[in-house]
Amino acid sequence: MQALYAQLLVGLINGSFYALLSLGLAVIFGMLNIINFAHGALYMMGAFCAYFLLNVAGIGYWPALIIAPIAVGIFGMILERTMLQWLAGLDHLYGLLLTFGIALIVQGVFQNYFGSSGLPYAIPDELKGGMNLGFMFLPIYRGWVVVFSLVVCLATWFLIEKTRLGAYLRAATENPTLVRAFGVNVPRMITLTYGLGVGLAALAGVLSAPINQVRPLMGADLIIVVFAVVVIGGMGSIMGSIITGFALGVIEGLTKYFYPEASNTVVFVLMVLVLLVKPTGLTGRAA
Amino acid sequence: MKHRISALFLGTALALAAGGGAALAQDKTVKVGVLTDNSGLYSDLGGAGSTLAAQMAIEDSGMAAKGWKIDLISADHQNKPDIATTIARQWADVEKVDIFMDVLNSGVALAVNNVVKEKNSVMINTGAATSDLTNAQCSPNTVHWVYDTYMLANSTGQALVKAGGDTWYFLTADYAFGAALERDTTAVIVKSGGKVLGSVKHPLNSSDFSSFLLQAQASKAKIVGLANAGGDTTNSIKQASEFGIVAGGQKLAGLLLFITDVHSLGLKVAQGLNFTETFYWDLNDGTRAFSKRFSERMKNKAMPSMVQAGVYSGLIHYFKTLEAMGGNPHDGAKVVAKMKELPTDDALFGKGSIRADGRKIHPAYLFEVKAPQDSKAPWDYYKLIGTTPGEQAFRPLSESACPLVKK
Repeated sequence: MQALYAQLLVGLINGSFYALLSLGLAVIFGMLNIINFAHGALYMMGAFCAYFLLNVAGIGYWPALIIAPIAVGIFGMILERTMLQWLAGLDHLYGLLLTFGIALIVQGVFQNYFGSSGLPYAIPDELKGGMNLGFMFLPIYRGWVVVFSLVVCLATWFLIEKTRLGAYLRAATENPTLVRAFGVNVPRMITLTYGLGVGLAALAGVLSAPINQVRPLMGADLIIVVFAVVVIGGMGSIMGSIITGFALGVIEGLTKYFYPEASNTVVFVLMVLVLLVKPTGLTGRAA
Repeated sequence: MKHRISALFLGTALALAAGGGAALAQDKTVKVGVLTDNSGLYSDLGGAGSTLAAQMAIEDSGMAAKGWKIDLISADHQNKPDIATTIARQWADVEKVDIFMDVLNSGVALAVNNVVKEKNSVMINTGAATSDLTNAQCSPNTVHWVYDTYMLANSTGQALVKAGGDTWYFLTADYAFGAALERDTTAVIVKSGGKVLGSVKHPLNSSDFSSFLLQAQASKAKIVGLANAGGDTTNSIKQASEFGIVAGGQKLAGLLLFITDVHSLGLKVAQGLNFTETFYWDLNDGTRAFSKRFSERMKNKAMPSMVQAGVYSGLIHYFKTLEAMGGNPHDGAKVVAKMKELPTDDALFGKGSIRADGRKIHPAYLFEVKAPQDSKAPWDYYKLIGTTPGEQAFRPLSESACPLVKK
């Protein structure tokens, strides 16, 4: 029983990465209608950004939590301005192919310069060590990841669903022409939204840097699972992707305990089941 | 008249046959193919470095000056046996590749092993770990050069059990390599009087090991054996330190670690780990000289891994064999038979030999990773703590299931 609690908690930790990443994807898809396959590469860039800040500029973990998402977010906005914006109104496939190509290029460039085995990034001193919870030894850093990403997820949900800015955004997706007539600069809003989604990916990258090796392919391994999470949660649904992210982390954790060999397929089995029963995803509305 | 004409024909035919035969024996063209992981989790320990090592072997062999024409190609098998066999067939049929080098990843190696045998090419495998390549699956066309699971288990496993680590729990990569490594290590542990308490199989290329590590922690085994490689091993080690496995009194045993992994982990995390390799750049003057030249030509200035060093050493022996044969017969089994006759000797692995089952014999070194304060220079990572002579390091021929071994 104790082992089970431990696995649940570990699952929750992984779930927070799924939640952060799928949230970014959901924001981008919901607002821009782009299937952002470059998300994994941008997540990786976040981690690399933290690594460079530390090793080149001597800037530690805490400032990196803010600087890296902004830096990568700006990179994302440049992508949106120079390439993605021309795809508005075209079939989803174009955006998917373009972002997938960008991901391959970015990963290839990083791999060319930094190899595949990755670079070390230490846990910040303040978060070193762990607590004995009785049923398991919880590294403080992991606890921090869960709490912090929950806060970020809920804040993003609040921003988009409950504030005036969020209302503009949602209105702009429904009817950009009308919103423009009210004097809102819609293209700029879309660029900023893409930047926000990308920033969330980079933030997840910084959070994961001390846990995983900072590797060029760290995002490629993760992105497929995260896409499954988004599909299960319902494309574009903010709350849906947060809840599914955490839930799938827990389910995957339990699989690792009961039948570890299946742990990297369980998410896809679930995806198939959900799509069979409810093609719009768990919280998705019919198109 | 009739007789004279037929005699003429016979003479011409004989001359042609003799001439053709001579041309065949003097065929001095060789095509070397490096089949490796150029883009995935093992690309640092093989990859472009293996191709560079092959290039250096071609240059250092001086074959070009002796009238040989040697071509080098390389390809990325993406760690997928189906892709690897497709490339291997194309290389054998269309590209006319004579020798396959590196071929890391045990699953890939076992698949390519069959193609190489069918096409009568040569494979010098320097990257795959599975000891099956020279045991049940041995082939007259394959030489296994650098290391194998039996040797790793034998050296690291025995040393740790002797030091008091008599209960084990395995984290095993869920494919041919992990299974072979766990099996061979278990045999050594049991033979040395230890016990295996359990194991968990994780998918290849996992990024999160916390669940598996918790299970290892709960087992209370003294040693957590990591029967995985590359990024899987480095992530296991990093996360084990996070979850307080070592602080809690359990010891980690990286059964297969490469210098590139230690470099990636950093000494702070990796210090104190024990593991076995058959090559280290700082062993002697010969290894240092080669490694320095190698590192200067690498994009990230990395020192060679034992897999890459093996590509160099294996090719040097292959070229030596071809020269002894006076030309390239393009007959894999024949060349490998000759390679087994000749003793091996190069600056990287020292003097050695190739056994009937295709196993290359050389010493195995037990290393310990240095603490950060003991490391004097970049890549100064290992302390040598034990050497097993070649004859004792690998599976004895008396235990071999290889049909090539006459008993």
